[in-house]
Amino acid sequence: MFNFRLKRIIKLGIKSLWMHRLRSTLTALGIIFGVSSVIAMLAIGEGASREAQEKIAQMGSRNIIVKTVSPPEDDTQGGQTQMLKEYGLTYADADRFQNGIPNVQVIVPNRRLLREAYYRNRKASIEVVGTVPWYPEISQVRVQRGRFLTATDLHYKQGVCVVDEGVVRKMFAFDDPLGQDIKIGGDYYRIVGVSTEQAAASTSKGMNARDASGATKAAGANAGAIYIPLNTVKDRFGETRLQGDSSNAFAMEKVELEEIIVQVRNIDQVMGTRQTVQTLMTRFHKKNDYQIIVPLELMQQARDFQRIFTIVLGSIAAISLLVGGIGIMNIMMATVSERTQEIGIRRALGAKKRDIVVQFLSETLLLTLSGGVLGIFLGCLIPFLVSTYGEMRTVITTESLVLAFGISTAVGIIFGLYPAMRAANMDPIESLRHE
Amino acid sequence: MIQSQEPQGFEKDTAILAMHGLCKSYYLGGEELRVLRDINLTITSGEYVAIMGPSGSGKSTLLNLIGCLDRPTQGDYLLGGQSVLTLDDDQLSMIRGERIGFVFQSFKLIAQLNVVENIEIPMYYQGVSEDASARRARELATLVGLGDRMRHRPYELSGGQQQRVSIARALANDPLIILADEPTGNLDSTSGADILAILDRLHGEGKTLIVVTHDEQIATNAERIIHLFDGRIAKEEFNRK
Ligand SMILES: Nc1ncnc2c1ncn2[C@@H]1O[C@H](COP(=O)(O)OP(=O)(O)OP(=O)(O)O)[C@@H](O)[C@H]1O
Ligand SMILES: [Mg+2]
Repeated sequence: MFNFRLKRIIKLGIKSLWMHRLRSTLTALGIIFGVSSVIAMLAIGEGASREAQEKIAQMGSRNIIVKTVSPPEDDTQGGQTQMLKEYGLTYADADRFQNGIPNVQVIVPNRRLLREAYYRNRKASIEVVGTVPWYPEISQVRVQRGRFLTATDLHYKQGVCVVDEGVVRKMFAFDDPLGQDIKIGGDYYRIVGVSTEQAAASTSKGMNARDASGATKAAGANAGAIYIPLNTVKDRFGETRLQGDSSNAFAMEKVELEEIIVQVRNIDQVMGTRQTVQTLMTRFHKKNDYQIIVPLELMQQARDFQRIFTIVLGSIAAISLLVGGIGIMNIMMATVSERTQEIGIRRALGAKKRDIVVQFLSETLLLTLSGGVLGIFLGCLIPFLVSTYGEMRTVITTESLVLAFGISTAVGIIFGLYPAMRAANMDPIESLRHE
Repeated sequence: MIQSQEPQGFEKDTAILAMHGLCKSYYLGGEELRVLRDINLTITSGEYVAIMGPSGSGKSTLLNLIGCLDRPTQGDYLLGGQSVLTLDDDQLSMIRGERIGFVFQSFKLIAQLNVVENIEIPMYYQGVSEDASARRARELATLVGLGDRMRHRPYELSGGQQQRVSIARALANDPLIILADEPTGNLDSTSGADILAILDRLHGEGKTLIVVTHDEQIATNAERIIHLFDGRIAKEEFNRK
């Protein structure tokens, strides 16, 4: 009985919606756009957030990264810049971290320079990382072929290097890079290993601040990186160079280390250790020539930001659905008053109030449900297009689909009920007389 | 034409409806407008009754009360021996759907529905299956002479044809009482005569007919004429045949 009724109710609803095709479509559009914008916005938001979280996670959640930054110019010399500007992290800092901070698992001091590299007739601008053998422990970089740098390499300042896949792509189209020599700044380095690429976020900031000297830097990690023993870099590249960003062409600068990465044993120790690092740094650095980056902290900030973002998106979406709902209610009120006589006729012929409520409510629900379904399609299509053509990551979650569809249905019921009740409660005689 | 199993209290020649001291007032701006006053009326099953009277005398109001579309202000109304006053809205809807067939002066067909669909409406609310109601609607359309117009919309029909659809619709659930408010009022004399013929036939088949009219012809066909004047029953006439 119920099924049979339901089928006819739906039929009746579709029929009268079909009779006012244009009006029905326009009304449903409100819901379609509401639902699809909810889904699309949440998908874009979610994609951005995951991307950020992953990037930060690649920087290492147990790491505290201290970077050298060029200090703001002080005018104590009366506008005349020093000929040699000395700043940044030092080996002494690394020792202090090693000896003065409990909970430290490993410390990695790094040089990071941007240099031209040559292999046969090829030339590329790549990042030279002067580092220690345990660098892979604190990063995402993994050796794929050959080996990483060893303690011996470090100790004897060997002219060896490990290149990452970015460099391989750029410079070794067909040759096997292992065992080849690559030339940087007049010296040759024997390639002993090939590694994966480093996470973009771990370098970009410090690099931009420090390495204005080099040629225009390619975006992020795609520049490719070459790992050379720290002591070798110190020896062969030195620590002084021309100051690139100065008006004085002869100004020099001296930097010992571009970066020190401290990794603690346990994730709960991160914030405490950050404090200790900060204290040590402020004690020994008068100039503001360093920056402390804590990926864990960034991750929490990203999460907080994501929560706010979701709330804002949710509110915008809720408002757009509300507007859609008001549109539907408006149309249904008009429909009811336009069909007053029909309601009177149906009541005189035996329709109960409930029948009238069901009739009008089912029309509203048909509108919102079909609007919801189309909205889901459109809402999935938009993020798809954004990912395909916009090179932006999007993630459609089931929750967002359920949420959007649920809200649109609820809107249908809430805004459809009042017009339907109003239709049902009209006096049959008066509505019959209505022309 | 229609075989009805008469429920309890609706046997032929017993009182199908009875009104005692029935009053209906409207209140306009706190002022009482007494439209019907002290109506006492008994109608037996199978009777053909005409209600006449000047405009504004309360004929339509009385018919709406009989048809359970409206509730009296005072007095008692028994339909099939059962008091209607205590029934709720759903029960009144049920009575209208099952036992009463309405025919209106201006037809009151639903413009978006075709002939068959219009006739089906009362059956839809009684839960008659789709097949059965479609079959019966086609039967009824044929019966009132619209067998070749079943897919037409009301605006594609003449007034007389529309009124025939409305009669067919009134017959859909095989009601006991047919109430008609000036069924020929909007029709020319030929179409009016068709409608009269159908009413006569229904009477012949044992339907109880109550017809509000200014039409002398209906009055002469009816068995009883009730004259309303200023909300009261002024006079009752019985036609002998
Ligand atoms: N809803 C209402 N509110 C107030 N007064 C009403 C209402 N309905 C009817 N009346 C009044 O009741 C009186 C009787 O109306 P009714 O429609 O029964 O007359 P009638 O005899 O059918 O007239 P006609 O022959 O013109 O159709 C009229 O004076 C009318 O103004
Ligand atoms: Mg009238």
